[in-house]
Amino acid sequence: MSKFLARRLLNHVVLVFLATSFAYLLAATSLHPRDYFERMQPPPTPEAINAQLDALDLNDRTPLAQRYATWVTGVVQGDFGKTIQGRDVADQMWLKAGVTLRLITVATLLGGVMGIAVGAYAAVRQYRRFDKAATAVSFLVLSVPTVVVAIVVQVLAVAVNDGLGFQLLRYSGEYSAGFDGTWWQLWGNRIHHALLPTIVLAVALFAAFARYQRNMMLDVLGADFVRTAMAKGLTRGRALFRHALRTALIPTITYFTFTFGALVSGATFTEKIYGWHGMGAWLIDSIFRHDVHVVAAVSWFMAITVMTASFLSDVLHAWLDPRVRV
Amino acid sequence: MSTIERNTEPAEAPSVPPTPDRLRDVLRRLLGTRRVIIGLALLALLALLALVGPLVSGWEVGRRDFSAVLEGPSVEHWMGTNRTGQDIFTQATAGLRKSLLIGLLVALVSTGAAALVGAFAGYLGKMTDRALMWTADLALVLPNFVILAILSRHFAGRGGWLVLVVLLAAFSWMVTSKMVRGLTISLREREYVHAARFMGVPPHRIILRHILPNMSSLLIADATIMVSTAVIGETALSYFGLGVRPPDISLGVVIAAGAPFATTAPWMFAFPTALLVLMVLAVNMIGDGLRDALDPYSRTRRSPGEIRT
Repeated sequence: MSKFLARRLLNHVVLVFLATSFAYLLAATSLHPRDYFERMQPPPTPEAINAQLDALDLNDRTPLAQRYATWVTGVVQGDFGKTIQGRDVADQMWLKAGVTLRLITVATLLGGVMGIAVGAYAAVRQYRRFDKAATAVSFLVLSVPTVVVAIVVQVLAVAVNDGLGFQLLRYSGEYSAGFDGTWWQLWGNRIHHALLPTIVLAVALFAAFARYQRNMMLDVLGADFVRTAMAKGLTRGRALFRHALRTALIPTITYFTFTFGALVSGATFTEKIYGWHGMGAWLIDSIFRHDVHVVAAVSWFMAITVMTASFLSDVLHAWLDPRVRV
Repeated sequence: MSTIERNTEPAEAPSVPPTPDRLRDVLRRLLGTRRVIIGLALLALLALLALVGPLVSGWEVGRRDFSAVLEGPSVEHWMGTNRTGQDIFTQATAGLRKSLLIGLLVALVSTGAAALVGAFAGYLGKMTDRALMWTADLALVLPNFVILAILSRHFAGRGGWLVLVVLLAAFSWMVTSKMVRGLTISLREREYVHAARFMGVPPHRIILRHILPNMSSLLIADATIMVSTAVIGETALSYFGLGVRPPDISLGVVIAAGAPFATTAPWMFAFPTALLVLMVLAVNMIGDGLRDALDPYSRTRRSPGEIRT
């Protein structure tokens, strides 16, 4: 078992390395950092541009292999190079990662818990009114792209604010610029801003989880062990909760882990629309800014999270479900 | 006089149960699913709109009406105009056409690739299996968003949307191919596959003739879901100017142009978005219904009391 996991981990490390290298090479060949400097006002001299590009290890006159070697040597030592503005990529990355992780942790927990509750209850009441309503709602939500949900929620927030005459709902940024106060006021301000983007992300997750959990629960409900539990004299509620739901949660938890990993890139659109400076938004901006090192670093981070999530979901599954020996 | 009357008419032959016709059976089950019917009708309607829309609106794609800039719906412009006086109805239906095309093509390519890769990996096993599945893992880890964004910028204007189709397909076959591989491994041990193998049928023919047709229902349902996934992905990318780019037009492009005006000129945002949501909804309804009707492992149709491990 542990040998299997070790081999798997090694494989993951190799995959992450390849994926990141690929991203770097693609970014280094298709983006043009030189353009970024040439379009500056006032335009710097070609010598200055070359010196700057050399300092950043972005000069397209240096052979690609040499640039790549310099970059890889740095990455192995935890140095992801400099952004195009000369800042340290690694420092910035942890800042942005914090923003994204905060957003998606709350959103997955919120959406996941609600989805599991609704899905499980819908399965118990299969083909009744609640089940039909829940299925219809999650179906509809899954058909609306997150981009559209995010924009519509923003428009509604504007309408609500206009109607009330004051800012009840914040829909831009992580916190109010220049806002000052005690630490709990600052926290309140941040939570206030986090409300809408979190809800937008949670809604889509809720729909996915509700459908998934309903299917899982339906599988278990007719199982012999649930009938046995009730035959032994357990109340229906207890049998459903202690026996059926617990078993049905196993695949959902692995799904949950996996979703969390995938959401680092999935939250990009919500971040960008709500003006959050997270990983995804940073990535989009840096592509437009021809920022090679940032693109590579974000790719690394996303690959790491996907792999960690899939590794964790394997481990969790094996741990929770004795039938699975990975 | 005999009281027994002879029946002179030829006796009716005992009815032979009709040979099971797979196609008819599938069709019957499909038409029995209301979701599929509604979805198909909706999709047909949208396809018609996409094909005919730009022709009947009286405006050409991209043409500007300088006498009506940023105006609401009117007799002249059924869905209003945008900031540069382009007719929203024309733009949206032309975009719908491209979005539909992208969705269908991506689904076709990616499901085809998934079926081939999965079936060959599962049937041949050993090194082929490991190599193909490793490739699938690699494709899962590759930063698909980065690659899509950078390359679609690179190819903008030069058949960029076709490149987008290839890229979207290249990043959406992996999960299905793993599923196909699992099914192939179980189908490989069936008698008819053994029989074919012992008769000397080469592997590629066994896969194409015996294995893939036996999971066709699953593949069809999966391809349908893929259509909606691709359309949503295209919209999201185009929204940030990273997917389809002008002069090509897609629903994502039209929605992106309308989004900043969502409060001041709602028609610019509402109409294309409604088209998009309706299309995705229709495709999802078909896909979901198909999966219920066709998939023998479908969860909702399965009788309770059995557990699949």
